[in-house]
Amino acid sequence: MRYLPLTPADRAKMLSVIGAKSIDDLFIDVPGVAQIRDLFDLPRHAGEMEVERELAALAAMNRPAGSGPFFCGAGAYKHHIPATVDHVIQRSEFLTSYTPYQPEIAQGTLQVLFEFQTQVAALTGLDVANASMYDGSTACAEAVMMAQRVTRRNKAVLSGGLHPHYAAVTQTIASAESMEITRLAAAIDAEAAVIASIDNDTACVVVQTPNAFGTVTDVSKVAEAAHAAGALLIVVTTEAISFGLLKSPGEMGADIAVAEGQSIGVGLSYGGPYVGLFACKEKYVRQMPGRLCGETLDAEGRRGFVLTLSTREQHIRRDKATSNICTNSGLCALAFTIHLSLLGERGLKSLAALNHSRARELRDALAVIPGVQILTPRFFNEFAVRLPVNAAETVEALVGQGIVAGVPYSRLAPEAGMDDVLLVAATETTTEADIAALVVALKGRTGQ
Amino acid sequence: MSMNSVGRPTRPDQQTPGVGGSLTGARGLLQDEALIFELGGWDKTGVDLEAPKFDASDLGDLVRTAPMGLPGLSEPETMRHYVRLSQKNHAIDLALYPLGSCTMKHNPRLNEKMARLAGFGDLHPLTPVSASQGALALMDRLAHWLKTLTAMPAVAMSPKAGAHGELCGLLCIKAAHEAKGQGHRRTVLVPTSAHGTNPATAAFVGYSVTEIAQTEDGRVDLADLEAKLSADVAAIMVTNPNTCGLFERDIVEIARLTHEVGAYFYCDGANFNAIVGRVRPGDLGVDAMHINLHKTFSTPHGGGGPGAGPVVLSAALAPFAPAPWVVSGSNGFDLIESPEGDAVQGFGRMVAFQGQMGMFVRAYAYMLSHGADGLRQVAEDAVLNANYIKARLSKVMTPAFPEGPCMHEALFDDHWLEGTGITTLDFAKAMIDEGFHPMTMYFPLVVHGAMLIEPTETESKLELDRFCDALIALAHAAKAGDVDRFTGAPYLAPLRRLDETQAARKPKLTWKPVSQTPLAAE
Amino acid sequence: MRFTKDHEWVELDGDIATVGITAYAADQLGDVVFVETPDLGKSLKSGDAMAVVESVKAASDVYAPLSGEVVEANGTLGDAPETVNDQPEGLGWFAKIKIADRAEFDALMDRPAYEAFLGSL
Repeated sequence: MRYLPLTPADRAKMLSVIGAKSIDDLFIDVPGVAQIRDLFDLPRHAGEMEVERELAALAAMNRPAGSGPFFCGAGAYKHHIPATVDHVIQRSEFLTSYTPYQPEIAQGTLQVLFEFQTQVAALTGLDVANASMYDGSTACAEAVMMAQRVTRRNKAVLSGGLHPHYAAVTQTIASAESMEITRLAAAIDAEAAVIASIDNDTACVVVQTPNAFGTVTDVSKVAEAAHAAGALLIVVTTEAISFGLLKSPGEMGADIAVAEGQSIGVGLSYGGPYVGLFACKEKYVRQMPGRLCGETLDAEGRRGFVLTLSTREQHIRRDKATSNICTNSGLCALAFTIHLSLLGERGLKSLAALNHSRARELRDALAVIPGVQILTPRFFNEFAVRLPVNAAETVEALVGQGIVAGVPYSRLAPEAGMDDVLLVAATETTTEADIAALVVALKGRTGQ
Repeated sequence: MSMNSVGRPTRPDQQTPGVGGSLTGARGLLQDEALIFELGGWDKTGVDLEAPKFDASDLGDLVRTAPMGLPGLSEPETMRHYVRLSQKNHAIDLALYPLGSCTMKHNPRLNEKMARLAGFGDLHPLTPVSASQGALALMDRLAHWLKTLTAMPAVAMSPKAGAHGELCGLLCIKAAHEAKGQGHRRTVLVPTSAHGTNPATAAFVGYSVTEIAQTEDGRVDLADLEAKLSADVAAIMVTNPNTCGLFERDIVEIARLTHEVGAYFYCDGANFNAIVGRVRPGDLGVDAMHINLHKTFSTPHGGGGPGAGPVVLSAALAPFAPAPWVVSGSNGFDLIESPEGDAVQGFGRMVAFQGQMGMFVRAYAYMLSHGADGLRQVAEDAVLNANYIKARLSKVMTPAFPEGPCMHEALFDDHWLEGTGITTLDFAKAMIDEGFHPMTMYFPLVVHGAMLIEPTETESKLELDRFCDALIALAHAAKAGDVDRFTGAPYLAPLRRLDETQAARKPKLTWKPVSQTPLAAE
Repeated sequence: MRFTKDHEWVELDGDIATVGITAYAADQLGDVVFVETPDLGKSLKSGDAMAVVESVKAASDVYAPLSGEVVEANGTLGDAPETVNDQPEGLGWFAKIKIADRAEFDALMDRPAYEAFLGSL
């Protein structure tokens, strides 16, 4: 077996050093009823070629985003990833290292985390950021729990513009801690209803911009209302490229900003691994979940970085920790940081502008199809349209023509009664030919 | 006040002079690399993009105008920056990485290649089901392997890490109790030797945590367990093999006692790699167990993540698993994302999409490569390697539990350092100068000055001997009074010991410009 | 000055008790990096968790040795937590409590008794 270095002779020698007759002697503590003598009913070991053959066959049954016209977004976005990113994250020293608990021999990872934290704070317009969460949805749930700790209140208001999966994750996790969750009805422009739901028991309000329908909103008024009631404002962003064009959560009064960072440097990978961004005002840092990296000096007075404020975490505070999170998304955070370092402010702005422009092209092209109605008033790179036919059936039919038309809203929230609503996204990877193909196919489907 | 015995020096004794440093801050070919914010890239970019056709005038004052403060660099500069940083890291590909409880084993590169096939790596999570049949089939096959290896009837695939899996398991347990009218149960029992995630997770879900004592031979104290089991107990969380590296001999009895009071048995599967292919947790009476794909099935740790923590479930808990899940029908596979109808008892949703597909591909490739025979050999070699280290090092160090074999990791205490003036921390730091990553220190909490060594099965006898020889030589130096070698260590690493005290007292968590120089050149 | 088995000390001036952690405790904890003092006006029962003291690797609750109401918290510990290490039984005090029952104070250990207790650990 190619991954196992010991030879039978090694094993025999080692057993004699240990003073054991056979390997079974080392498993004597396992109760007899649980000792399995035979091999399990699974295939035997296989060579690289055989494994590759099986996996390549499975991969070939899937439709990659980059293989033709493709318009899905809804929390995960198809972007170009520079070749440098994937090369660097596969370096052994990054790929095969552990959490940087020994800072003297982990400065590579630690300095990257410090850069990552600074970049996330800059993007979100807040003071501090942690070293990453699993993804945007779990970061959202953690933000609500953090607001409960900060305010010592028990109620959270979730905007109707929040991604339905994010709302479901938050509801699942926060209700386990007996929080009362008010989940507002799905709405394309959702902020008025949010403001109306804030009261003096509210720990936090959770709004998303661009929201699940793509609507971009200045949430300053929600911030004012929340703060007047002593509640925190949590701003969620699922498309991180939008930070390059739109006002930051911090500028609009957010206390905590969470985001899905996948768009910057991380592949689609059918939903994971992704990277959750988590930033907040400095005064709340001790209630923050997750790892934090901080600057310090070594014994010779040279600058270095260490994990810090660890007493918030489970390995020290155990049942009184701010969260149970341990493993984070380190390698995806590295990919994010490298991609953002390549982009810089200039590149990020250009990329965001290009995404927005492509979406405007898509909007203009779809708006002229009879029966198709553009629902989202202001958008970044994604918007909702109403079709004259069922959206899920349309998507299914167009897949047969090699086009992935977008995400039917009903797939995210069947109960919302929006079976004719389709979410479409365009990015820098979308071409004019892709848009033209979608228009032709939609016209065919809607009977025009 | 409540005393905690893990306090230990967290800053260097004094500012110790360097050993004749260079003029530039470099150490040989190891460069002194500044932060990305200090490299002057305020108006650079390393990407070439076409100009947009439309502007953003439609967004009016929603557009960001304030500078962000994000530097950019050309591609060669970026490459050099991150390659220089990479060289300051230890890695499994460099040497044995004996972190107990962490399972740092070789990461096969075939798995990386497979995860990057466009059909997996470039697959959108909301691709229509008809166009993602290969992904669903892979999840189904991986689930089959996990269920077969554990003798458990169901598995929840979506949890993103071990602790996330614990959360999933406890939420299943909570839902199951509520369905039986037992929602009033408030307590979760956890042994004193448990990972910190166990009590943290139980508290996160709203349970109160009661600790169970440990016997002198490092196992759950059955008498104490029996005394604490009651109709108020919702679950017990036990790691097996446990964090002392020992198999819980009474595990079947522990499960029986737990079930007798109507509680469920959550097993922390962090150490499944010690028994995979030889022992099935389902045969032991386990109700739920997470499997760290990044430990047992070798998906890379990546400097702290990402991981994946699918949870296998007993028949009693299976109905309460979270969405989404994969089902197979006459038209192939389907993905149930929004369960409907009265029959649905699932507790909700853990993540936005399907879980860590990238890790599923790697873990499945790892399983196919090993097969049933190779996986059994994995467990046997991991246990053999740990016992070999225990046997060789016991001549100079004191094993915490000398009697009987250990499983996949060997645990030592610090009695052998008494009177030397050298602590576990010092000894560990001196290992760095000898080219090895330290072992896990001061964990589990039940052993004084604990040193937990997990070699894994992917070490050759030659590398194990190099490691043991180095530690034996260090132990002799410690006993011979060569104190400076330890208390000032490491001397030869990219940095000397760091001042964690200062980092925590005056946290600097982001880079800030030194002066008022403008961040972005307009 | 009186002491508890949890390593808090108390000094009484009239009905105002000043509370801190002992030199032994500060030494065991290592470098103190953060202290969370109780809110003013908080009403405490003897044995309640009243403050938190953290080193890099440990977080410990400090328990109220006496019942009463918090009338002052040591604000200097926010910026200078190292005071707890430097002068644990002086400037490193945590809070002042207006006590309800003098008998609780009398029941605590005096210094010889505390030192004997430390010797038994």
